[in-house]
Amino acid sequence: MRSGRALRLHTPPRRLGVRGWVYAGRYGIDRYLYLLQRVSGLGLVLYLFLHIYETGVRLRGEAAWTATMALFRHPVFVFLEFVVFAGFVYHALNGLRLIVAELGWALGAPSRPVYPYRSSLRRHRPWVYALMLLSGILLALAAADIFALPG
Amino acid sequence: MRESQWWLISLGAAALMVLLLTVHMGLMHLAGLLRAAGVDLGDVRSFAAVMARGRSAVQLIFYLLFLAAALYHGLYGLRSVLLEVTPPRRQGLLSGLVLLAGLAAFAYGTYVTVRTFTG
Repeated sequence: MRSGRALRLHTPPRRLGVRGWVYAGRYGIDRYLYLLQRVSGLGLVLYLFLHIYETGVRLRGEAAWTATMALFRHPVFVFLEFVVFAGFVYHALNGLRLIVAELGWALGAPSRPVYPYRSSLRRHRPWVYALMLLSGILLALAAADIFALPG
Repeated sequence: MRESQWWLISLGAAALMVLLLTVHMGLMHLAGLLRAAGVDLGDVRSFAAVMARGRSAVQLIFYLLFLAAALYHGLYGLRSVLLEVTPPRRQGLLSGLVLLAGLAAFAYGTYVTVRTFTG
């Protein structure tokens, strides 16, 4: 019997699959922003294919196009239009933040690894707040245009 | 090409998309706000307006660039997400299917854009 040596068990890595995207322990706000980036991206890809198809309706003539645009004035489609716009605003602004973060820009000078550490996530936190504020302003403007203003 | 190079192209497409899509979204969805600011574009979604824009050479180049950037960035992201839940032996097939879908969508979008331009 070996003494003074820890017994190591070989355990396979935890494979959470899609569930792991949502929760796999202690996720911070940055991880959830990334999850929302993926969700908005998938929604926009789906919309993109529908949109490419829908823009082709113009080739069928004015009557078909006018009927399609009349359908899109239905309140459900107007709401979905806002959802697409919201997805775009968030995905674009958060995407710009992620480009800056992943390319290591705007991190500032390196500091000594003395506790409490200033991780790159903490250094980029002001960008997160700016992103939320700007997204809120743009979404408020979009809501005013899509739901309130005529035409 | 290495995967990191495909990824960098996706970032480039994203940066291009921020500009192009902002213009597109502003024109298509914020016409009311533009009107309130004194810029009246009329009914941008009417058949006449759509066909008039489609016959412009600037719009032709804009839409083709836009379509390429949007499809590349979107489908690269979709592929990245799906690769995480795809077994290794099927990943090549997944990449091929995504590429086919992108080429098909680009071909159709280009056809619509060029047909509108040429009338």
